[in-house]
Amino acid sequence: MPPPQRTFVRSEFSPALPPPLNVAGPFAWVRANLFNSVLSSILTLLSIAFILWITPGLVRWLLIDAVWSAPDGDACRAPGAGACWAYVRAKITFFTYGAYPRDALWRVDLTLVMGAGLAMWLLWPDWPRKGIAAVLFFAIYPVVAFILLHGMGDGSRAVVNAAANAFNSDVLRDVARNSLPIIGTHLWGGIFVSLLVATVGIVVSLPMGVLLALGRQSRAPFIRFFCIVLIEVVRGVPLITVLFMANTMLPLFVPDAWTPDRLMRPLIGVALFASVYMAEVVRGGLQAVPRGQHEGAMALGLSQSKMMRLIVMPQALTIVIPGIVNSFIALFKDTTLVAIVGVFDFLRAIDTQRLDPAWNGPTISTTGYAFAAMFYFVFCFAMSRYSLMMERRLAHGRKR
Amino acid sequence: MTDADLRSRASAHVVAIEMRDVHKWFGRFHVLRGIDLTVNRGERIVVCGPSGSGKSTLIRCINRLETHQRGTIVVDGRELTDDTKRTDEIRRDVGMVFQHFNLFPHLTVLENCTLSPIWTLGKSQKAATETAMHFLERVRIPEQAHKYPLQLSGGQQQRVAIARALCMSPKIMLFDEPTSALDPEMVKEVLDTMVSLAKDGMTMICVTHEMGFAREVADRVAFIDNGEFVEINNPEEFFAHPRHDRTKLFLSQILR
Repeated sequence: MPPPQRTFVRSEFSPALPPPLNVAGPFAWVRANLFNSVLSSILTLLSIAFILWITPGLVRWLLIDAVWSAPDGDACRAPGAGACWAYVRAKITFFTYGAYPRDALWRVDLTLVMGAGLAMWLLWPDWPRKGIAAVLFFAIYPVVAFILLHGMGDGSRAVVNAAANAFNSDVLRDVARNSLPIIGTHLWGGIFVSLLVATVGIVVSLPMGVLLALGRQSRAPFIRFFCIVLIEVVRGVPLITVLFMANTMLPLFVPDAWTPDRLMRPLIGVALFASVYMAEVVRGGLQAVPRGQHEGAMALGLSQSKMMRLIVMPQALTIVIPGIVNSFIALFKDTTLVAIVGVFDFLRAIDTQRLDPAWNGPTISTTGYAFAAMFYFVFCFAMSRYSLMMERRLAHGRKR
Repeated sequence: MTDADLRSRASAHVVAIEMRDVHKWFGRFHVLRGIDLTVNRGERIVVCGPSGSGKSTLIRCINRLETHQRGTIVVDGRELTDDTKRTDEIRRDVGMVFQHFNLFPHLTVLENCTLSPIWTLGKSQKAATETAMHFLERVRIPEQAHKYPLQLSGGQQQRVAIARALCMSPKIMLFDEPTSALDPEMVKEVLDTMVSLAKDGMTMICVTHEMGFAREVADRVAFIDNGEFVEINNPEEFFAHPRHDRTKLFLSQILR
C-alpha cells in the first residue's frame, strides 16, 4: 500500500488569534465589572448620571470660570465668576504662617524643610540608617525646631555665648547677641501651626500609646490602674473638653511662672487625647498576636521585655497599621479644634481672612474652604496611601 | 555545639530533670496529680496518653510555660521557682518544639534562628549566623534561610523550629506533639530529624503518638492518664506486655 500522499503537516505554528471580544479587552471588562447583573447595571447608570451631573459645574467653577489673578476682589465679585484663586494667592503667606513676622519666615521654612526631609528619611523604607534618622528626628529636631521657631531665650544664648568664648569666635558672639529674636506663639498661625500640632500629636501618640497599652496589661496593679483610669477618662471626654481643661485648668494648678505657653497647652491636650486612642488601637494589636508567639519567645529564654520588643510588638503594630493611620488621619483633622482655645491654625486663618473688605465677595468663603478641603484631603490621602504601601510590604508570607 | 559534644554528654549518668510529687490545677481541675519522674542525661523519654490526660501540661511545666502548684521540679540542678531570671536561664538550656511550630512570621528563617542567641546569649551576628546555618544544614533546609516561615511547608517549618531550638545549644529538648499538626506526608521528614538528634545523644522528652518513633529511639515510654503516670517501661516491654488495663486499652485504640 502506498503511503498516504495527502497528509498535510504544518512546518510552523499558525499565529495566535486574538481572544474573542467577549472574554478579553475593554468591552469584556465593562461587561464583567459594570453590567454583570441588573442591579449592577442600574447602579452603573446612576453613577454615570451622577458624575455627569456634578462634574461640569464643578470643573467650570473650579477651573474655567475661576479668577486666577487679580489685584483685588473686583474681578471675583463679577456675576458668574468661579473660584477666586487670586484671593488664595494674595493670602497664601498669611494662610501658611499666620502673623509670623514677615522678615523671619525663613525660620519656619527651614524648620518645615528639615522636618519634611527627616520624615521622608524615616518613612521611606529603602533609605538606610534609620537609627540616625530616628535620633535626629525625635531627639535633636524638636530642640532645633523650637529654637528656630520660638527664638533663642536666655538659656540658649548663654550656651552659644559660652561656645563663642571657648572658640573665641566673633561670629558666634554676634549670633549669641543678635540672632533669632524671640517670636511669641501669639504670632504663630496658619498651615505651619496645623502641621506643628499634628506632628507633635502623631510623634507623641505612638510611643505613648504603646506604653499605655503595655501598662494596661501590666501585672503591677498600680501601673495598670493608672493606665486604665487615664485611658478611660480622657477617652470618655470630647477633645474640645480636653482642650478647654488644658487651657483653663492647667494654669489653676501650676504656679504662674510654670504655666505652659498658650500654644503648649492645646499641644499637650491633643497629644494626650491622641495617645489614649492610640493605646486602645495598640491593645487590639497585642490581643491579635497568638499566644503561641509568646510561648515560642519564652521557650527561647527571651525575657518579658525582649519578648514584647522583638516578637510581640512588631507583629501587633503591623496588624494594626490601618487602625494607627486611621487615628493619625482623625488626629490631623481634629487639629482644627485647637482654634477654639485661641490657637490660630490653618482653618482659623482662612476663616478670619474671608471678611477682608478688599476681597469680600460671594465666592470668597467658598474658595477659602475649598482650598482648606484640598489641603486636608491631600495630606490625609497621602497618609492613607503610605499605610497601604507599608501594609503590603510588611505582609511577609501572609500569602504564599 | 558539635555532634561529638552531644555524644559525650550521653555517656555520663547525670540527672537532667527531676520531678517530685508535682501537682497542677487549672482552676478546680486537677491536671497533674503527683508526677514523679527522673530523666538522666542522654535519656529519651516518650510520653503518651489520651487527650486531656495532662501530657502537654507535664512537659510545659519543665520549662515553666505552666507553673506547678505543689512539688518540686529541678532542671539541670536548678529548681524552678518564681524567680523569672532563673527561669529565663533554664529556658535557654531547654529547647522546645511546639505542635504549631510557633515560628516568628515577621522574621526570616535565619532571623528566627539567630534572634535568641544574639539577644540572650550575646553572640555576635556572625557567630550566630554560622551556628544557625550549621543547624539549618543539619535539618536539611539551608536553602530556605532567607524565606519567611509562612512560605514553607509544615514539615519544613517544624524542622526550622527544631533548628531554632538547637541554636541555643540546649541540654534538653522537649517536643510537644511535633507531628500532630502536619500533613501525613510530612511526618517522616520531621521524625527523621528527631531520630538523628536522638542518635547523637540529646536528652529528649517527646509527647507523641508516633509509636514507631517510640520503638526506635525511646529509652522509656511513659503512659499518662488522668494526670498521673500509669506505666513507665522500656519500649519492648511497654508494647509487648503492657501491664495495666488502661495502657492496653489505649494501645489498642491507637495501634491498628
